[in-house]
Amino acid sequence: MPGFDFSNHNRNAALHAQGVPLPKATSTGTTIVGCIYDGGVVIAADTRATSGPIVADKNCEKLHYIAPQIWCAGAGTAADTEFTTAIISSNLELHALSTGRKPRVVTCMTMLKQHLFRYQGHIGAYLVVAGVDPTGAHLFTVHAHGSTDKLPYVTMGSGSLAAMSVFETQWKSALSKDDAVKLCADAIQAGIFNDLGSGSNVDVCVITAEKTTLMRNYITPNVRESKARNYRFKRGTTAVLNEKVITREEISKYVTVHELDEQSVAGVGEVMDVDS
Amino acid sequence: MQPTGMLGEDGIHVDMNHLKTGEVNLGTSIMAINFRDGVILGADSRTTTGAYIANRVTDKLTQVHDTIWCCRSGSAADTQAVADIVHYHLGMYGITNDEPPTTQTAAAMFQELCYDNKDQLTAGMIIAGYDGRHGGQVYSIPLGGSLHKQPYAIGGSGSTYIYGYCDANWKDNMTEAEGVNFVKGALQEAIKWDGSSGGVIRMVVLTAKGANRHLYLPDQQYEGPGMN
Repeated sequence: MPGFDFSNHNRNAALHAQGVPLPKATSTGTTIVGCIYDGGVVIAADTRATSGPIVADKNCEKLHYIAPQIWCAGAGTAADTEFTTAIISSNLELHALSTGRKPRVVTCMTMLKQHLFRYQGHIGAYLVVAGVDPTGAHLFTVHAHGSTDKLPYVTMGSGSLAAMSVFETQWKSALSKDDAVKLCADAIQAGIFNDLGSGSNVDVCVITAEKTTLMRNYITPNVRESKARNYRFKRGTTAVLNEKVITREEISKYVTVHELDEQSVAGVGEVMDVDS
Repeated sequence: MQPTGMLGEDGIHVDMNHLKTGEVNLGTSIMAINFRDGVILGADSRTTTGAYIANRVTDKLTQVHDTIWCCRSGSAADTQAVADIVHYHLGMYGITNDEPPTTQTAAAMFQELCYDNKDQLTAGMIIAGYDGRHGGQVYSIPLGGSLHKQPYAIGGSGSTYIYGYCDANWKDNMTEAEGVNFVKGALQEAIKWDGSSGGVIRMVVLTAKGANRHLYLPDQQYEGPGMN
């Protein structure tokens, strides 16, 4: 029979009815923030990715490229934030090419909200959209169901409450660029230290009319200490009961032995074609 | 998710929290009134995700044409999507007919979207506008997608607390100052009693002269800054 095959859906429904849980997606239990200042906009994120209680990645990138002057911070399902930002980035590039103009932040926000609304929240992407275009600096939040907000400072993710407390106590109008970067970094650190879903380092992205600066690992408050002691046993800790040396001639009876020169570390077998 | 109103072997199941988990909700107080020279729309500014206030200075008064606006309540995503679609169609209508659309036309567009997609939407809207032919008009579209032309309309979770206030204080043909005071007084009560409503009071006054925005802040007892 031609057409779609829905048997997997029936299988999943039957499995689910028997109490088999759905597989868990890697979520970026996250702190992301954004803040407008005079002449530009700053966004920042922590770098922890979690899968349930496990830290899946200690230094992941949650700041996504959309266009040279438009960047996105993502919370929610890691794969969803990655692919939604990529597809909107692609469509926005085509849009910019066909209009012959620089892409606008509102255009990006509208494309994101219409894409997410169509999927009724099943695409778990929670985004902070920021950028500078010919109409000025802009900052938006986009929720997975497709609703948007426009504010001078925003926070999202599981650490949003900790981060918002920093903004609500420290934010003022007329911030300088350095003030805004400091405020955003402090807000992310509040998330890193007070929210279990957030951790590791602070990534910051500053967008001005002139240029975009991505500061990867702007602050690293969780550097791993080198071990003071190690558990490697000293040579000779265990007594040698017996010893047997197998020569090359002996092993050649069972396997083929190739001679290797110093350079060819790649090992035996055919050489694999790789991109250089 | 279990669909709303399911009939199982052990009786009827109704999903009381019909909003999807994590969905942004406009637990709201909104209203629109007719007055002598046009209409006034008013709203609080709180949007919530569960117990968290996602935005304390939201603008729930949305422009869909020059002098046709709407108040949004229910799901933020749903009402924004509906308002965006109507905004597009009214823009097209205005250009192709070389004449601005009437408030009734706008309300009918809203109704069609809300009624046809009633199973998928959580959108309670109030449409108010001023046009040269009919002057000011107020329409209400509650959850089922019905359309009601009213002298004044209230909506959202906070509106239940102010039915008495509005009924007792309503007058036909109020002046602009009286109208602003009526809306402000009603919304103050709604904000006071409804936990899901709060923040600032936003208003839009629509007359023959166009749209005029007002803002009233809680830290000034909703006295200022006033109109701008």
